[in-house]
Amino acid sequence: MTTSPADIAVIGAGPAGLAAAAAARGRGARVALLDSAGRPGGQYWRHRDGHNPIPASLRQDILAGHAVWHVEVEADGFVLHTTAGEVRARTVIVATGAYDRQLPFPGWTLPGVFTAGGAQAMLKGHGVPVGDRVVVAGTGPFLLPVAAALRHRVTGVFEAGSPLGFARHPLAVARNPGKLVEGARYLRALHGHRIPFHTRTAVVAAHGDDRVHAVTVARLDRNRRPVSEREIECDAVAVGYGFTPQLELPLQLGCDTRLDADGSLVATADEWQRASVPGVYLAGEVCGVGGAQLSVVEGAIAGAHAAGARPRRSLLRKRAALRAFAAAMHDTYRVGAGRPADDTIVCRCEEVTVREVRESVVDLGATDPRGVKLLARPGMGLCQGRVCGYATACLVAEACGRPVTAADLRGLAARPIAAPVTLGNLAEGVEDA
Amino acid sequence: MTTFSFDGEEVTAEPGQSVGAALLAAGYRSWRTTRHGGAPRGLFCGIGVCFDCLVVVNGRPGLRACLTEVRDGDVVSSQEGAGRDHLAC
Ligand SMILES: Cc1cc2nc3c(=O)[nH]c(=O)nc-3n(C[C@H](O)[C@H](O)[C@H](O)COP(=O)(O)OP(=O)(O)OC[C@H]3O[C@@H](n4cnc5c(N)ncnc54)[C@H](O)[C@@H]3O)c2cc1C
Ligand code: FES
Repeated sequence: MTTSPADIAVIGAGPAGLAAAAAARGRGARVALLDSAGRPGGQYWRHRDGHNPIPASLRQDILAGHAVWHVEVEADGFVLHTTAGEVRARTVIVATGAYDRQLPFPGWTLPGVFTAGGAQAMLKGHGVPVGDRVVVAGTGPFLLPVAAALRHRVTGVFEAGSPLGFARHPLAVARNPGKLVEGARYLRALHGHRIPFHTRTAVVAAHGDDRVHAVTVARLDRNRRPVSEREIECDAVAVGYGFTPQLELPLQLGCDTRLDADGSLVATADEWQRASVPGVYLAGEVCGVGGAQLSVVEGAIAGAHAAGARPRRSLLRKRAALRAFAAAMHDTYRVGAGRPADDTIVCRCEEVTVREVRESVVDLGATDPRGVKLLARPGMGLCQGRVCGYATACLVAEACGRPVTAADLRGLAARPIAAPVTLGNLAEGVEDA
Repeated sequence: MTTFSFDGEEVTAEPGQSVGAALLAAGYRSWRTTRHGGAPRGLFCGIGVCFDCLVVVNGRPGLRACLTEVRDGDVVSSQEGAGRDHLAC
C-alpha cells in the first residue's frame, strides 16, 4: 500500500499521540495516526465497547493495526514500514509510550505473577481481575490506581519506597495541587476497602509450583536490604517498578538519548519536543515517564509545532509544572538494582540466571551488557530484552563496580525491527527496494 | 457471548476479549511451557511486550494471547516450546 504522503505521521495513539494528531489536524495538517493496537487510546484509555473517548474528527486519520517495525529516512521525509503496508510522511512524531519496568525476584516467572500495568489492562480493557487475593507491589504512584481498581480483591499494597519523599519537593507538589488530591483520593479508596498500604516493603520471593500461591514480603532498611520477612498467601501478584520507555524507533532513527532521573533511558527532546534528528518529534513517555497528563501536553506541543504553529505558552507552563512533579516523583520512588539470589531468573525468555550474568563479568571478563548478552544470552529471546534489559544493565554495572550508564541501556534497547513481523512483511519491503 | 475451545474444553468469553483475558477469566493461568526449562507460563505484561503468553489459535502457533481477540468457534491450544516441534528434524 503506497498512498500520497501525509504531512505528519504520528506513531502511537495513546494520550500523547492522540493529542499530537488533534493539535496538528487543528492547524490544517494532513495526519496519519498509526497504532499497532486494534483500537486507539494507548495504555491509558482502554474503553471497552460503547465508551469511545476518541474525538470524531480524528477517527478518519487513525490507522489501527499498523505496527511500525522500521522507519527509513529519505531525502524528503520518512517511510514507515508497518505490518499493514508502507506509510510515507514528511514529519514523524514518535509517541510509542512505555511499559512496566521489572526487577527480578525468585519466583517472578510463576503464572499468576503479572506486571502492575498488565493487571490494570486485564481489568480495564477486558473486565477480568487477575485474582481474588492480589498482592500489589513495586514502587511508584501507579500502584495506587491498580489497587483501587481491584478493590476488595487486594490483599495488600507493598511499596518499596515511601510517598513521604514528596516532602522534600514542596514546590513541585504545590505547582500540581491536582496530583495531591488524586493521591489522597486513592489512599482513601484503599482505606475504604480496608486494603493495607505498607511502605518500604517489597516482595522478595513468590512461591508455587505451577502458579503462585504465596509471596515473601520484607521490610527494607535504609540501604534497601531486606530485614524482617513474612509470607502472605495470594493467588496473584501485580508488580511494577516504574516504566521503561519504548525506544526502538527513536534509536533506529539515530535520535539522541539520555539517562532520566528514574534511571530509564529516554529520547532527548528540545523545548518544542523535537528530537535531535531533523523532522522527528517525540511526545509522551518516550521522552520521560510522567503520566498521561504530561503525555497529553507534550503531544499538543509537538503536534502544533510540527504543523508549523507556535504552541500556546500555557501549554509550556503546564509542561514545566508536570515535569517538575515527575522529577519529584522519580526522586521519591528511587529504584535500586536489588540483590536477587544467584539462581533467580533474570531473562524470562532464555531463562538466564543472575549467576550466569555475574559470571560473564567476573569469570569471562565482559565489561558491558552487550558483551554479557553474547556470552549468557540475556535479552536474546523473543522479547528482545524489553523485560530484562533494565535489570541486566543494573546487574552488569554492579558486577563491574560502577553505576549504570546510558550506553549500557542503549546496548540492550537497540532493536533493528521494532515489532514482530512475518517473513511476508519483510518480503514486501524487499520487492519495493 | 463467544464460545471457543481450549485444549478440548469449552470456554465462553465476552465479545472483544482477548484469548488471554478469556482464559484468565475461565481460571487458567498458564498455557505454554518454556523451551529450555519446560516451565509453565501464561500472561505477564498483558500488552504484547513479554511474549510469555504464546498460544496456538486455529493451528497457528506463536500468537500472543493478550493481543489476539477471541472469535466464536476458535480452536485454542497450549503451546510447547516454539510450538513448531513438528518441524524439528
Ligand atoms: C500496561 C500499562 C497500563 C497502564 N495503565 C494506566 C492506567 O490505568 N492509568 C494511568 O494513569 N496510567 C497507566 N499507565 C501509564 C501510562 O503509560 C501513561 O500514563 C500513558 O498512557 C502514557 O501515554 P503515552 O501516549 O505516552 O503512551 P501510551 O499510552 O503507552 O501509548 C503508546 C501507543 O503507541 C503504540 N505503539 C508502541 N509502539 C508502536 C509501534 N512500533 N508501532 C505502532 N504503534 C506503537 C502502543 O500500541 C500504544 O497505543 C499504564 C501503563 C502500562 C504499561
Ligand atoms: S502477556 Fe506479555 S506478550 Fe502477552
